[in-house]
Amino acid sequence: MSGTYLGMPAFPEAAREAVGNTTLRGNLRHATHTIRDKRARAVAELDDWAELREAGKRIKDHTLRHLDRYLVQVEEAVTAAGGTVHWAADADEANEIVARLVEETGGSDTEKREVVKVKSMATQEIGLNEALEARGIHAYETDLAELIVQLGKDRPSHILVPAIHRNRGEIRDIFRSEMSEWGRPAPEGLTDTPAELAEAARLHLREKFLRAKVGISGANFMVAETGTLVVVESEGNGRMCLTLPETLISVVGIEKIVPSWRDLEVFLQTLPRSSTAERMNPYTSMWTGTSDEDGPRTFHLVLLDNGRTDTLADEVGRQALRCIRCSACLNVCPVYERAGGHAYGSVYPGPIGAILSPQLRGTGSEIDASLPYASSLCGACYEVCPVAIDIPEVLVHLRERVVQGGPAVREGNRVVLKPAKGHAAERAAMRAARWAFTRPGALRTGQRLASRSRRLHPRTLPGPGRAWSGSRDLPPVPPEPFRDWWQRTHGGRDEAK
Amino acid sequence: MRVALFLTCVNDTLYPDTGRAVLRLLTRLGVDVDFPMAQTCCGQAHYNTGYRHEAEPLARRFADVFAEYDAVVTPSGSCGAMVRELYPRMGERARAEGRGDTLAATLAPVVPKTYELTEFLVDVLGVTDVGAYYPHTVTYHPTCHGLRSLGLGDRPRRLLEAVKGLELLELPGAEECCGFGGTFAVKNADVSAAMGADKVRNAESTGADVLCAADNSCLMHIGGTMARLRTGMRPVHIAEILASTEEAAAV
Repeated sequence: MSGTYLGMPAFPEAAREAVGNTTLRGNLRHATHTIRDKRARAVAELDDWAELREAGKRIKDHTLRHLDRYLVQVEEAVTAAGGTVHWAADADEANEIVARLVEETGGSDTEKREVVKVKSMATQEIGLNEALEARGIHAYETDLAELIVQLGKDRPSHILVPAIHRNRGEIRDIFRSEMSEWGRPAPEGLTDTPAELAEAARLHLREKFLRAKVGISGANFMVAETGTLVVVESEGNGRMCLTLPETLISVVGIEKIVPSWRDLEVFLQTLPRSSTAERMNPYTSMWTGTSDEDGPRTFHLVLLDNGRTDTLADEVGRQALRCIRCSACLNVCPVYERAGGHAYGSVYPGPIGAILSPQLRGTGSEIDASLPYASSLCGACYEVCPVAIDIPEVLVHLRERVVQGGPAVREGNRVVLKPAKGHAAERAAMRAARWAFTRPGALRTGQRLASRSRRLHPRTLPGPGRAWSGSRDLPPVPPEPFRDWWQRTHGGRDEAK
Repeated sequence: MRVALFLTCVNDTLYPDTGRAVLRLLTRLGVDVDFPMAQTCCGQAHYNTGYRHEAEPLARRFADVFAEYDAVVTPSGSCGAMVRELYPRMGERARAEGRGDTLAATLAPVVPKTYELTEFLVDVLGVTDVGAYYPHTVTYHPTCHGLRSLGLGDRPRRLLEAVKGLELLELPGAEECCGFGGTFAVKNADVSAAMGADKVRNAESTGADVLCAADNSCLMHIGGTMARLRTGMRPVHIAEILASTEEAAAV
């Protein structure tokens, strides 16, 4: 499995492979159903869930509307608290800033060449680990699941549980064969019991925490009024990375701001219940710049755009920026459950990925143009979203962008997108259908033709028709359409005659 | 009350029995139903595939054809949701594109008076026991747009529970999508087929003779999968169950 997403095939082809992988299907079915059911119970405990959801949506919408102001406020507050703020327009800029900051920390050669990482979607989005590796800097993932993915030279397939596609036996095998290459090897006779696997990871990671001079993180929230960053996590590895190293570098998407501490009240209730189905996550770390007595001596905040301003310019699509990366939508999605995360060709899989990736990256590539169609529009994602992102609405909006093109903003410039290639036949069919449906006479002619030739209809179709009849029989066509029957019998009133 | 049947293009062409069942049922309940011949399609497939502008003339036609009626009844959760949820959104989008309020104003009157069949029965006619008789074991699949867009809730179940002779069996994973999804069924055929197979497996596990739903497009997918797998289980639209009586029982 490749470590990058470049040159991914379109979603249907990638999904075909996953659908046929019985181990993967079993792993995903078990994991998604378990989290799905737990989440439903955790959410049902709160009488005011609907109000919390609405509040979360409104706080995010308000912040996004005034993002220019809040970003400046964050910069001022972080600077006043002893941190340094950097602005990165895209992935390359952000990677360059982080690599330079790591190199500038000095220290011995080994220290200069390694960093420890808190699980972070933003740094995965920009491919930071790969960019650092190219500069001779090794980034160690310290979240258990991210460690499994990294050791297995694999790609994450879920936002919250990136190794969801792996079962315990597979994880044991990865630990046994790969840990020794990077540090402390797996204990002799390691079994696949969760406690033993966790202990193996703990021992392996401990020496890295104690040695590293630089920690790299993202953030779940940035509080504008104080410049405080917030990381919520379950394992405590984040707390180690955020407090032990001398230098802390946080790469954070510009949409992660909340105006005030009061706003956290809402999200610290909705995020854990939506993601891990916990009432409260075990570790919540908050830091404001640097302090003399404790924690990192140096703190850098890299504010990342990377397509977010473009997304914000779209009236329908901008709601995707409310996302707090809980992954509830992945866990309820019937398509994700069967296709797995890798098919989405992005660090953001599932329903949210299907609306986020084609906005952050544009719809130019084959995979990005196919993502808006990776949904049956069943609406389960919208139902569970704790910030009420109407994912089906945005999916349909992006389908429109793919087939019709139209105005959009790319890299800060207003552009008019051309329709994507490969939709000519579909477009012609849709136009023909519209033509027939605006002329009942034409519709009727078509229906009669279908009815009269019914004995000649095969049960399966050749060519592109196999997309339907490869797995499903065609419905039999009735001897006459309803409208002919209605006209002949006046709605059954003349039936007897 | 002047009531029109919006049968939908799929039912008109492929499932006329469902149309006749709706007529029989509503006539039995004292409702005089008309079928305006000028009706065609609500435009859902166009809209959901990304051809909103192609869907607009169909929506305008719908509003025009059904303008003179007090209520429009449709035996399809997803077509009902198209009118109720997405027609207002089409109007808003046209406004956002600088095309004024014309589309929104044209479509607005037909939106609140369009009902999915089970909604019309329970909310407008106020009945749950429609006097039906159907001596079979049935499991019920709530279709996504009926469930989540229209919020049909337990209306279909209450109607089925009141049917004489009918034994209703719980469908495991009932609220999971069957995998039809309109053009999704062919654009992502493999995932769609996998979802359909799981739905059928769950339906079979109930031991029921019949899988019932309130939308024939989903039943076309589920039923096509059942037929291919030779399960022997039958997909039946809820209208056909509710129309069945002891005097004129559906087979």
